[in-house]
Amino acid sequence: MDAILLQILNGLDKGGAYALIALGLTLTFGTLGVVNFAHGALFMLGAFCVVGIQQVLTISERVRDPSITFFEAYIEQPYLVSWFGDTGAAIIDWVIPISLLAAIPIMLLVGILMERGLIRFFYKRPHAEQILVTFGLAIVLAEIVKAWFGANPIPVQPPEIVRGSADIGAWLGIDANLSYPWWRLIYLVSSFVIIGGVFAFLNLTTYGMVVRAGMADRETVQLLGIDIQRRFTVVFGLAAVVAGLAGALYTGIQPPNYNIGMEFLVLSFVVVVVGGMGSLPGAVAAGFLLGMLQSFASLNEVKSLLPGIDQVVIYLVAVIVLLTRPRGLLGRKGVMEA
Amino acid sequence: MTVIFGIVVFTMPIWLQPFGAAYPDLMQRFAIYGIFAIGFNILFGLTGYLSFGHAAFLGVGSYTAVWSFKLLSLNIIPAIICSTLMAGVFAVVIGYVSLRRSGIYFSILTLAFAQMCYNLAYSVLTPITNGETGLRVLRDDPRIIDAMFGSTTVAVPRAEIFGIAITGMTGFWACAVCLMIAFYVALRITRSPFGMMLRGIKSNQTRMSYVGVNTRPYTLVAFIISGMYAGLAGGLLAIVDPLAGAERMQWTASGEVVLMTILGGAGTLLGPFVGAVIIKYFENIFSSLGDATLADAFSFLPPSVEHVVVTIVSPFVGEGWHLTLGVLFMIVVIFLPGGLVEGFRRIGRLFRSKER
Repeated sequence: MDAILLQILNGLDKGGAYALIALGLTLTFGTLGVVNFAHGALFMLGAFCVVGIQQVLTISERVRDPSITFFEAYIEQPYLVSWFGDTGAAIIDWVIPISLLAAIPIMLLVGILMERGLIRFFYKRPHAEQILVTFGLAIVLAEIVKAWFGANPIPVQPPEIVRGSADIGAWLGIDANLSYPWWRLIYLVSSFVIIGGVFAFLNLTTYGMVVRAGMADRETVQLLGIDIQRRFTVVFGLAAVVAGLAGALYTGIQPPNYNIGMEFLVLSFVVVVVGGMGSLPGAVAAGFLLGMLQSFASLNEVKSLLPGIDQVVIYLVAVIVLLTRPRGLLGRKGVMEA
Repeated sequence: MTVIFGIVVFTMPIWLQPFGAAYPDLMQRFAIYGIFAIGFNILFGLTGYLSFGHAAFLGVGSYTAVWSFKLLSLNIIPAIICSTLMAGVFAVVIGYVSLRRSGIYFSILTLAFAQMCYNLAYSVLTPITNGETGLRVLRDDPRIIDAMFGSTTVAVPRAEIFGIAITGMTGFWACAVCLMIAFYVALRITRSPFGMMLRGIKSNQTRMSYVGVNTRPYTLVAFIISGMYAGLAGGLLAIVDPLAGAERMQWTASGEVVLMTILGGAGTLLGPFVGAVIIKYFENIFSSLGDATLADAFSFLPPSVEHVVVTIVSPFVGEGWHLTLGVLFMIVVIFLPGGLVEGFRRIGRLFRSKER
């Protein structure tokens, strides 16, 4: 029972990550008709926003260690601590939440630059060329980050107040020893909030209504006199923000390295395929479904029955779905049914 | 055309001298990756299906060749045959599933399959692949065929062909012969009714269906042929460097063959080979550069300017070779979709129009 509950939470957590990235992919594909193979790199850039800001905040100087009196000893003390004392230390402790706020404008800018500088020239070119140019861009971004930050994963700590585990057993009135890491719970809630925010924007605002209309029939929207290009730029930026936030939040779970984007990209493309190309609810549903499946496939009991199942369960599901339901779980009629 | 190509290939040791590239290891890679790219071009350039999973077949070919050396014989002929056929079997399975979809779906599925092979090779399939350590030929492997013909245990097991050791230039000649055969077969495929069908599928698959053609068998056969070429390349890799590791299956290898084909010119016969040669040549150069080498190269500049130039260039060389690759990738896709061969044609057309 306890193991089942933990696996459910693990699955929701993993599914949240998949759903966020797949949501961004589906936004760019459904609205713009563009396949963005660099989307995983945006996830990685979001993670390295946190790393970069952490490195900036922890720039340090050598100061005398006052606790040692019989010889001169020095310690590295961040300037923030030197200038602001405990307030500076608190700022460093809260690097991830601070970086989340910074990541929104940064990723928005990155997304807009990417769309204005590159993607817009490919709207009318074949999907294969879109894939190729964004594939090249993904390589370029990964190598730039590698050149700046190195190839090793760089750990980032969540705020101290949420580094431990929550006593979810006590909350739910079952096993009092059952606990789950705070940051993973926060990740789960955050993914719900972000997904909810995107859906609210698309469904509750006139701007979002226009975007959805553009997804349904771009030419008709243009004939109505609406400037679709500007909305494309905004939607691409929005997709970049979603991916970036997902990456930034994930730094508390797994130390990021330059390759993390591609690992998530492959899985997220599979999620998009399973959910149905161009379907936002499909992307979210498939993300959580596949996250759950992978989580349960990681159980030792399951792995002893089916060796290697945890490595391939997502792909097997994708194959089965594509063979039996080519449109995907919630795919829309007529979208990429070839 | 085959004769000219053959002359060019077999005189590589001569005309590559001025470029400092006329040594066996590098020329072998030209030939091997040329085969890989030519095979990929049959699927992408000719049929129009963009696969991101061809590295899986390269890996399968490598593993199969090493197992052939371990179980059958050190002769390269069984190794080549087994590599090609095994990759073909894999291609049937993967192609049958992947080709249910086209376009983006196909690319995603092939990428997923390759990633799955890569993951499994490092984990569950360790008994077959020896995981991260890599699969290698050992002295006390069975080698059934060699035993049948009375060969005694060799001190250091090396690939050979009927007693001739495959080392140095012999390795290159072996690869060159395979490249010639591969090119000839590709030429025949391109200029056959089958090739015309493939081009029709690339042009407009829907229209082909309306005309009454069932396009699926054609695409599947193209996929299988393409996979077999990759398996052959993988087998040759194992022959010249008998250590099969899973890193050959990684997505970067798939991306690299795409880039070779596109750089050279997808849909042309010579393009993939040209692209493979260029990329392997510059990889060989760029990968070996470091900050010290750059400092030497730019020492004619004033110290401050030199420092700036070295700082700018260093991310693109050494371990950062992939950055150069990525930038090159983007530039070619954006500005020269037809690749270098197309560029040469345009230049040629320019001169001809001037003459006219």
